[in-house]
Amino acid sequence: MSEQNTKEAEPRVNAPADHSTPKANPLQNFLRGSGGRSLGLVIALALLFVVGAITSGDRFLNLENFLTIFRYASIIGVISIGVTFVITAGGIDLSVGSVMGLATVVASLTAVQLAATQSHWILMVLVALAVGAGAGLINGLVIAYGNVVAFIATLAMLVGARGFAELISGRSTQIVTNRDFLQIMRADFLGVPILIWIFVLVAVAGWFLLNRTTFGRRTIAIGGNLEASRLAGIKVKRHLVYLYILAGVAAGIAGVMMLGRTTAGTSTHGLLYELDAIAAVVVGGTLLIGGRGTIMGTVLGVLIFSTLTNVFIQNNLDTSVQALAKGLIIVVAVLLQQRFAARGPRRAKAKPIRA
Amino acid sequence: MFEEDRPRPLLEVRGITKQFAGVQALKGVDLQVLPGEVHCVMGQNGAGKSTLIKMLSGVHQPDGGEIRWEGKEISLPGPTAALDLGIATMYQELDVVDGLSVAENIFLGHEHASGGVLHVKKANAIAHKLLKRLGHGSLSPSTEVGTLSAANKQIVSMARALSRDTKMIIMDEPSAILDSGEVANLFRVVRELTAQGIAVVYISHRLEEIRQIGDRISVIKDGRSTANGLSVTDTSRAELIRLMTGRDVENVFPDRQPIAADAPVVLDVDNVELFGHFEKVSFTVRAGEILGFAGLVGSKRSEILETIYGARRASSGKVSVNGKTLRPGSVTSAVKAGMGLSPEERKSQGLILDEPLFKNVTLSTFERFAHGGYLNERAERNAAREQIAALELRPADPDRPARTLSGGNQQKILLARWLVHGTPVLLLDEPTRGVDVGARAEIYALIRKLAAAGTAIIVVSSEIEEVLGLADNVLVIDDGKVLTQTNASDIDEHGVLDLVMKGSAA
Ligand SMILES: Nc1ncnc2c1ncn2[C@@H]1O[C@H](COP(=O)(O)OP(=O)(O)OP(=O)(O)O)[C@@H](O)[C@H]1O
Ligand SMILES: [Mg+2]
Repeated sequence: MSEQNTKEAEPRVNAPADHSTPKANPLQNFLRGSGGRSLGLVIALALLFVVGAITSGDRFLNLENFLTIFRYASIIGVISIGVTFVITAGGIDLSVGSVMGLATVVASLTAVQLAATQSHWILMVLVALAVGAGAGLINGLVIAYGNVVAFIATLAMLVGARGFAELISGRSTQIVTNRDFLQIMRADFLGVPILIWIFVLVAVAGWFLLNRTTFGRRTIAIGGNLEASRLAGIKVKRHLVYLYILAGVAAGIAGVMMLGRTTAGTSTHGLLYELDAIAAVVVGGTLLIGGRGTIMGTVLGVLIFSTLTNVFIQNNLDTSVQALAKGLIIVVAVLLQQRFAARGPRRAKAKPIRA
Repeated sequence: MFEEDRPRPLLEVRGITKQFAGVQALKGVDLQVLPGEVHCVMGQNGAGKSTLIKMLSGVHQPDGGEIRWEGKEISLPGPTAALDLGIATMYQELDVVDGLSVAENIFLGHEHASGGVLHVKKANAIAHKLLKRLGHGSLSPSTEVGTLSAANKQIVSMARALSRDTKMIIMDEPSAILDSGEVANLFRVVRELTAQGIAVVYISHRLEEIRQIGDRISVIKDGRSTANGLSVTDTSRAELIRLMTGRDVENVFPDRQPIAADAPVVLDVDNVELFGHFEKVSFTVRAGEILGFAGLVGSKRSEILETIYGARRASSGKVSVNGKTLRPGSVTSAVKAGMGLSPEERKSQGLILDEPLFKNVTLSTFERFAHGGYLNERAERNAAREQIAALELRPADPDRPARTLSGGNQQKILLARWLVHGTPVLLLDEPTRGVDVGARAEIYALIRKLAAAGTAIIVVSSEIEEVLGLADNVLVIDDGKVLTQTNASDIDEHGVLDLVMKGSAA
């Protein structure tokens, strides 16, 4: 949100006479910065709401339905936030969907469930997170230290993780039997389902991490100029590994949420989620070539897509039409962003794709 | 040199203005270029020179004023329009595509092809001819440009400008990355061009060059023309500086202070070698000492510096700082031990162009401002402000994206980066590249002051005069070999060049 920092209120200390810079007014500044980029998304989202309200009336405009939209957004949202970090650093992670599937499978294995019943349901959660972290670690090591292009390395993980999940599950669906786990995952807190709370928490933590911490600064710096970051003393390789672990853990969290929502683990969970996540991230305003990332934008991007789906379901429309509309939205949202943002990706930046 | 019957101006610019988001970059600039002349455009960093030429090459469009080409008023909606008229530009920031070959770069945008199929052989042959004309026939047209040195990339850029039917070539600080030999070669080419009636608009901060190559001078100060078409021979150096800066600058090197006899050795480089790049080098730098690397471009001075810094992994040998041996090939280890490097190529190795100035300044120190991983941007901004003031960075706005600063001011960011906390060892690769006369004097004084405070410094510069004027001791380097190691006062520019010539002959 504030990757472009707002000016401080304090007077500028002895700023030497520069060429009489006429200061743009704060609104202009806001529109040119992250505000402008998000504004395009908010407008798109508002338009969708208007369409929903007109076509479905009260069926669309009620709290219950809004919660449905959010709940629908929550799982892909958590994945997208992990992916936002990787993309901001100039990388890509295609494996998040199948890693999430693998996490649901491993966490719902009979042995794991048995152990969880004998000890604590949290064991299933830890196993899912560990699977995500492990896959991310492998991705990161192969990319950073093996110098394999991120696209290829994570494509391999996409295929491999899916295959591994099929192998250990025997392509069957594993039902979650742990009552405590299911009860927790289905609980409401303040009238809001736990899945949504997880999404909100991950989003807030992600925003803080990206915008307020040294971890985030390193991420943006590496995406902006890897070589300059390296020469400035930033441990680029190690950081890349952390980033892919982060994306993996996010996929693991999403796996836990999926287990809770569907009460089953299967290798087909998360199919094509990587594309939805990348679409949401890019529509949100994160540059695919790195150097600029926005969690706020990603959240809005995910909400746009889930609202769209909701509007379509409400109107019993064909999923093919929905896919078409999705494609349109991606293009229109990016165009809108560019209209509002002064320093947008319009400027073709010649930069090789790299880890 | 042009008598009463002056030829009709090729290009006339009148009262041109340009505003960028929040900055009035040009407030009224005039320029008149005659065919076959070398017209020098001068001005301080940020005066608006590059902005002016970008309007002549169609990159930016002016807000006001007029441009006349061969007497007719024109507008240049894009780079192609300018190229079609015969205006070719070599931009200040290298604009070659690293992944393409030399020939592909030269013909980028006007490839030799029929029906979309490239004539690679023909392109290579023409490229070779162009390169030969530029005195670089040895450069193979099929080499990938990414593997070339900055100077050779420049040659490619120049060949590209010549590859079209050109009436005027604009060169924005072409010599900033060249050594004296390369500059002589550049001037030879420029003379050849002007003899054919091609006009050259030449931008440089090196006043001696203007004397050698220029016919007339126009000066811009703070976005306004302060002089137009002055004859080079009739304008004194002092007057030029006054026109540019509005004050008198003595561009002399500050006095050396003798290094304390008991000053400890801070940096110890012991038999460091990188196969295929340079042979074993050994030297020490004491606290308060400035060591200069003199030599031609391509002599591998930057490689030696980068290897010491750990950005390249040495094949053998060891580097120690204050007695502590560094892990080879680890920048982190070097930085931790107190080394800082200001790299040669500011755009690709130094800056994060879309990030604000202050984040660029604190790129190597932001963690030290943070508390438990939580950034303290206010402190970073204040630290950046201090450096902005010390280095006369303009505009003095810490939140401005680095991309929107002029070239010389971007260079100052790199220097500022290592001044925030100070480091015991500072490696400076071309620290004044593209920096104007006024700021240059400030930077020399600053480097001296750092040395006086006990910093061990290595300076690499293509300007031999700068190395000799600044350093206490000098390594003369040629083709990855240290030819000699001497006291800076025991050698002069000719001495260095003689050594290098003999070295390459041997
Ligand atoms: N794209 C841009 N957006 C905003 N401001 C800009 C942009 N490009 C240039 N400027 C500003 O315009 C002014 C003139 O810049 P310009 O690059 O023309 O200077 P210059 O004379 O070429 O300096 P140098 O000698 O350092 O190369 C500077 O204040 C610079 O910050
Ligand atoms: Mg310039």
